[in-house]
Amino acid sequence: MIMMQGFQMDLISERRLNEMTPVEKVRFIIDEVKEGKILVLEKGLSPEEEASLIEMTMTLIEPDGFSGIEMESYPSEVDTSFLGKILKRNITKSRLTVIGPADQLKTLKKDRNMISALISNYK
Amino acid sequence: MGVIKRFKKNFSDLFNKLFKKQNARIGIYGPPNAGKTTLANRILRDWTGDAMGSVSHIPHETRRARRREGVTIKTNSNSLTLDIIDTPGLATKIDFHEFMEQGMDETESKRRAKEATEGVIEAVKWLDNLDGVILVMDATEDPFTQVNVTVIGNMEARSLPLLIVANKVDLPESSPSTIRDAFPQHPMVAISALEGKNIDTFYEEIAKRFG
Repeated sequence: MIMMQGFQMDLISERRLNEMTPVEKVRFIIDEVKEGKILVLEKGLSPEEEASLIEMTMTLIEPDGFSGIEMESYPSEVDTSFLGKILKRNITKSRLTVIGPADQLKTLKKDRNMISALISNYK
Repeated sequence: MGVIKRFKKNFSDLFNKLFKKQNARIGIYGPPNAGKTTLANRILRDWTGDAMGSVSHIPHETRRARRREGVTIKTNSNSLTLDIIDTPGLATKIDFHEFMEQGMDETESKRRAKEATEGVIEAVKWLDNLDGVILVMDATEDPFTQVNVTVIGNMEARSLPLLIVANKVDLPESSPSTIRDAFPQHPMVAISALEGKNIDTFYEEIAKRFG
């Protein structure tokens, strides 16, 4: 029997994310990434959720253990729709986001419309 | 204290509470080593004769947010008084080995890493208490970092003013135009906080954005 070695990558749909509260999303992502998984979020996180994720990540960093996350999302886009103008507040549209353990996922290049990353088996 | 004096004081306190405009709180944000504290020091030296904190080439030199109240900036077009908050560098990962590579011993590196994580948390919490942000980017580095994207996204979501600073233009490899092209929807000013290059334009932009 051939043993396959590698990493697990989970692609999370927008629907799955929408079923979670912001706190649940952050907790889910942290738990999965700490297990060594790479997550691709179809819709991404709101800017506030990204900030919460950074905050929670910092509380869990340990020497010789979890060193944090690598997170890459495209710049969000501001909704300039009629509804947004009526509400007089900016509605940001989040976009695809890749998140993984900092010791396994490394961003090589990123621009407005492309994310290039290197994923390593080895910690 | 007499009754009239006490009444005057109470009335004055109430008046101040109701009508006194608080200074706008402006946070200086950015990734580690972008030059945030160098810029904060430049602003304070220019307008108060003081300094904000020490700077270093080692990342996460600033590990506690520092606040300086009532900094009055005067330009040709305007005069405004701000509270300036110099925040620790934002990051999504902190590995103590990086400090050891800079020559620190293991104990010191772990202590610095722990303090750096606390600093990042403090910087994130400050986002909820600001009236605007100066986002400092190193013009020799790729501007599409997650920290930059997250800070800009948070300012856009809150509809708060943002001024992007392309710092370190004194270095030959700097490319402020790359930053301008990356975030064309926001105003940007290219400066060298270290040498003071283009600093008057920076103050004019501050007056325009936060005044």
